[in-house]
Amino acid sequence: MINKDKKPRILIADDDPDFLFQLGFVLRKAGYEVDVFDNQVDTSKYLEAHRPDLAIFDLMMERDDSGFVLAYHAKKLYPKLPVILLTAVTAETGRDFKPGNQESKRWIKADLYLEKGLHPDEIIAYVRQFIKS
Amino acid sequence: MEMLKVLVVDDEPGIRSGISRILSQFIVGYPFMDEDIGFEMMEAATGEEAIEIFHVNKPDVVLLDNKLPGMDGIQVLEYINQNALEIEVMMITSYASLELAVKATNIGAYDFVPKPFTPQELRASMENLTKHLFLKRIIQRMNKEGKQIRFQFLTVLSHELKNPLSSVEGYLRMMQSRQAGDSLEDYDEMITRSIKRIKGMRNLIMDLLDLTKIESGKKPREIKDTDLVKVARLSAEAMGPMAIQMEVEVRFAGLEKLILPADPEEMEFIMNNLISNAVKYNRRGGKVIIRFAREDNKAIIEVKDTGIGITQEDQSLLFREFVRIKSRETRNISGSGLGLSIVKRLLDLYDGDIVVRSTPGEGSCFKIELPVNTR
Repeated sequence: MINKDKKPRILIADDDPDFLFQLGFVLRKAGYEVDVFDNQVDTSKYLEAHRPDLAIFDLMMERDDSGFVLAYHAKKLYPKLPVILLTAVTAETGRDFKPGNQESKRWIKADLYLEKGLHPDEIIAYVRQFIKS
Repeated sequence: MEMLKVLVVDDEPGIRSGISRILSQFIVGYPFMDEDIGFEMMEAATGEEAIEIFHVNKPDVVLLDNKLPGMDGIQVLEYINQNALEIEVMMITSYASLELAVKATNIGAYDFVPKPFTPQELRASMENLTKHLFLKRIIQRMNKEGKQIRFQFLTVLSHELKNPLSSVEGYLRMMQSRQAGDSLEDYDEMITRSIKRIKGMRNLIMDLLDLTKIESGKKPREIKDTDLVKVARLSAEAMGPMAIQMEVEVRFAGLEKLILPADPEEMEFIMNNLISNAVKYNRRGGKVIIRFAREDNKAIIEVKDTGIGITQEDQSLLFREFVRIKSRETRNISGSGLGLSIVKRLLDLYDGDIVVRSTPGEGSCFKIELPVNTR
């Protein structure tokens, strides 16, 4: 439920400070409230206390599976919170890791997977799919 | 025991069963092989039959008579070559056709046993062939593993180079579309951040160049008497501005001169890395103590800091390529993840060693031991 008077709030977690800066900048300019974190631990703490309108997690932060853990945590707290996972797995390994079958969809709790390296401008288009104001 | 599959191809049943009997009881051992090698025997009466067996049972070795009813031995050998089958061939020929044996070895047969042969001669030939095969396989495996390591290295490397590139590209695109306004000052932070990423990338490339030089052995080494204390003092001086910024005090202790035959550039790289790490990963108001000593036939250099420390688990990863310890404390510190792995490689050139002792939250101590030749 988005309050009409309040700006939608987006949570971003990524360990690349420049990516945070850029995506945060673009999203704020597009009219969103943005909270950014560069590690899994702080993001988890934030989630306990706040419910954003959308969460964007980088898959690999201080751990290789930080994004999965955060997505799981977020969905457990707020089942309807849309979650976007950013991964560079395909570019790096040449393997398509998107959860193709029902089995993996059940345990990987994300609504959308985006390849890292997308420009922040392009990410906005996806963000708008989830937050319709 | 490992078994090699051996196929005997001969039209005389007596010879086939004779060879099978001798070899099935034969075992080859070799001091550096983990396991002894035995032989599992198969037989074929014609070349055509042999070829069928090649595909079904994949023998490792073929003992091949040339005089066969249909296609002859040389033709079977050519078939193996054309199909690039991984089979070692030993020709069985009579003395009368020695010329043919030579021809066979020229087109890829490993060796030949002249007929008639004694069991002892057959065993000796098989033993040679087995050792040859064993070494060949070890070399193949090492090449493959080497390639694998190379591939992993390049994957990580491309990742480390791509990240800063895309950040800088991102900033440039934001500037291009005037995202922050029309005045240049609005972009100051983006420019500063871009320059920082480019610097980081340059450091990585420089480290990488050093590494490839060491790896290829192409870096010209100049070994001469070098005072390690002096080298370290120069490094510490170069680190001065950063130390001041961090309010870290760098101190020297122990010997005031420690002269060793060494390449000054290599020693400089080692000192630069250890001292800059000790400063970078320190706390505000912390200390770095660089101590020199001699124990028996060793030169000892210790670089001790009062920094964030390294967990036991991370200590084991520290000297690997591209390992950067990721934690909340280190996330804003830049580094290529190559420094310590290069330090380790350089020390290997001197038969030296480096160990780390560390307590998280209290600090780390890197200790180098270099053997001193007392000639």
